Amino acid sequence: MAVASFVLGRRRSIATVGGYSSIRSLHSLPKYYGYYAAIWCGLPGLLLVAAWLSLSDSVITGRVVASLPEALRGSSDAQLGLLVNDIKNLAAGQFVNPNRAVELGAAAELYNSLQASARWILSGLIVALGLAGFLYSATRLQPDFRARNKVETVIKAALVVASTIAIFTTVGILLSVLFEALRFFQKISFTEFLFGLTWSPQTALRADQVGSSGAFGAIPLFAGTLLISGIAMFVALPIGLMTAVYLTEYASPRIRAVIKPVLEILAGIPTVVYGFFAALTVAPLLRDLGTSLGLEVASESALGAGLVMGVMIIPFVSSLTDDVINAVPQAMRDGSYALGATKSETVKRVILPAALPGIVGGALLAVSRAIGETMIVVMAAGLAANLTVNPLQAVTTVTVQIVTLLVGDQEFDSAKTLAAFALGLVLFVVTLILNVFALHVVRKYREQYE
Amino acid sequence: MSGSQTAEAVDLAEEEQLDNSRAPRMDQSQAVAEDFQSVAQEEYETHGTVTAEDPVMTVRDCNVFYGDAQALFDVNLDIGRNQVVALIGPSGCGKSTFIRCLNRMNDTIDTAVVTGDIRLYGEDINSKSTDVVLLRARVGMVFQKPNPFPKSIFENVAYGPRLHGLASNRAELDEIVETSLRRAGLWEEAKDRLDQPGTGLSGGQQQRLCIARTIAVNPEVILMDEPCSALDPIATARIEDLIDELSENYAIAIVTHSMQQAARVSQRTAYFHLGKLIEVDETNRIFTNPGHKLTEDYVTGRFG
Repeated sequence: MAVASFVLGRRRSIATVGGYSSIRSLHSLPKYYGYYAAIWCGLPGLLLVAAWLSLSDSVITGRVVASLPEALRGSSDAQLGLLVNDIKNLAAGQFVNPNRAVELGAAAELYNSLQASARWILSGLIVALGLAGFLYSATRLQPDFRARNKVETVIKAALVVASTIAIFTTVGILLSVLFEALRFFQKISFTEFLFGLTWSPQTALRADQVGSSGAFGAIPLFAGTLLISGIAMFVALPIGLMTAVYLTEYASPRIRAVIKPVLEILAGIPTVVYGFFAALTVAPLLRDLGTSLGLEVASESALGAGLVMGVMIIPFVSSLTDDVINAVPQAMRDGSYALGATKSETVKRVILPAALPGIVGGALLAVSRAIGETMIVVMAAGLAANLTVNPLQAVTTVTVQIVTLLVGDQEFDSAKTLAAFALGLVLFVVTLILNVFALHVVRKYREQYE
Repeated sequence: MSGSQTAEAVDLAEEEQLDNSRAPRMDQSQAVAEDFQSVAQEEYETHGTVTAEDPVMTVRDCNVFYGDAQALFDVNLDIGRNQVVALIGPSGCGKSTFIRCLNRMNDTIDTAVVTGDIRLYGEDINSKSTDVVLLRARVGMVFQKPNPFPKSIFENVAYGPRLHGLASNRAELDEIVETSLRRAGLWEEAKDRLDQPGTGLSGGQQQRLCIARTIAVNPEVILMDEPCSALDPIATARIEDLIDELSENYAIAIVTHSMQQAARVSQRTAYFHLGKLIEVDETNRIFTNPGHKLTEDYVTGRFG
């Protein structure tokens, strides 16, 4: 229909000025009149569908529930929800408890018929709206009508909507995490959570069970996260930096053409794969190495997870550093070489200092990635919440605990489950601050040379 | 201008040579008048005197290739002591390429190949065994766009001396920095803000800072690649005065697009065209009585 109105709108616009010969007297190109007509024809219908889909189900359900006998209806909200589910299943022809099926047969039929009529009404409305829209637009297609500008406005609006989706999603996630976290802090005090030294989230399902209290001091988790991220950065920062310096300053184009794609492959490996590489290859290796040196290395050590995470971040660090080093103007290098500096002197004394803010920004982004990384630590770092700085012991991180708290059957109002949201909130806030700060630093640096 | 007296003496000595070189010139200039591009394909001979009385650097048969493209063709030129040589010519004629041969800056371009005999005080500097790092300390360079390092003014000047270990203690370094800035005419403006970033200076001050940075390593030759093209006339005049003063101590080669500048600061001028050194002579002669049609066309503003 929209396509048809495009064609018609275009035709009509040409017709209003009397054929192709006098197209110049139109304000806009004919196709813009076509787009204008198509938008008027299609857009109201689309909006209607969106509104309809979000409302029709509750309206129909309401009417079905109203039609139910008092005996069935007079129960709590939760039971009513189950009932409605049954009706819907029955209506869709799925299996429902036979006893129930008899009672609800009539309701299911009503539901089906309401759905069908709703579809018909919807289709009819769309056609009507489309026609109305087209006719309205047709009346406005005059030679001096500014169709091009109108179409531009609609395009702009569409782009604004698209770009705000990401923002609203972020806000939505933040709010949902925030509210769940607030519920958690009603049970466990804020200070206990942030500064407590023991983490043992096991709470009893029944009040008379042993160990019913649970402890929610997150310090061991923060310490574990910091330890592993620290090891990762210790590995990734120097290696990534040196890689970038080599690639930008020393490597010939041919070598660069080989190394860069390989680094990108490294960046493309799924973190799960890194995870079992850490758990199955690196961890036993470290344990054997430790034994031969007379050290006791846990089979799930912070060191193993940190090392592999470091390797994972190398391409991230090196490509960010690569960018900032490339942004240092060639004139700086020339100036330094012309004074008789060698390559490494130039890198050390001119290029790295000039690129330092950008490198710091890149490193901060890498840290926030390391903190948020989950899969590797789930598989390789262990679950024991040890408060230790010994990298050879098993530690656990914020992300690992979130995963374990939410995996499996859970009741959603226990402190144990809600703790995951509190941890998530902390993680979110920390990485957000790191990212904002890092991006600010990077941007500030960029401005310097433009 | 310090070299004007010696210039006259050389003038007389050159009369005979000029007679020799004039004969081919008549033939060639007629051919060239037809199509000024055609000179690139023809055999040619540099007009005027390529040699200097007391040469610091000598260049013989220098060819430069960027990949497959040849940028310089058999250039012969001397750079004399305490003398400013101006290199002029239309864009892309090889002036910058030429001075970049003199301190091996073309090495930083992967595809560049430089052949020929280039000597600094008789010592071959275009061989594989040359220590490029040492060479660049002896042959300093100032670039077209001021390029101070993003460091303090002091650190900018101290950069070279630190690299080459020219100062054994802080006091010596302070002294080097002060003398360099004084000689570059920047001391009065900069002495109270030595710890502030060099990038915060004005364009002209930045360029003088770059000159100070270059003379801080006490080079024998200073190369300047259009040092004033990014500056306003007042800053330019200061730099020109500075070049004049510096020529008392250094051999200077300066690339410039301003013929007035070449006339003001240099004792000798070399005219490049499409990678060839067409003519080199006393600056006065180049601007008053050029030996080659192309040079005449260029200095009279008929093209370029």
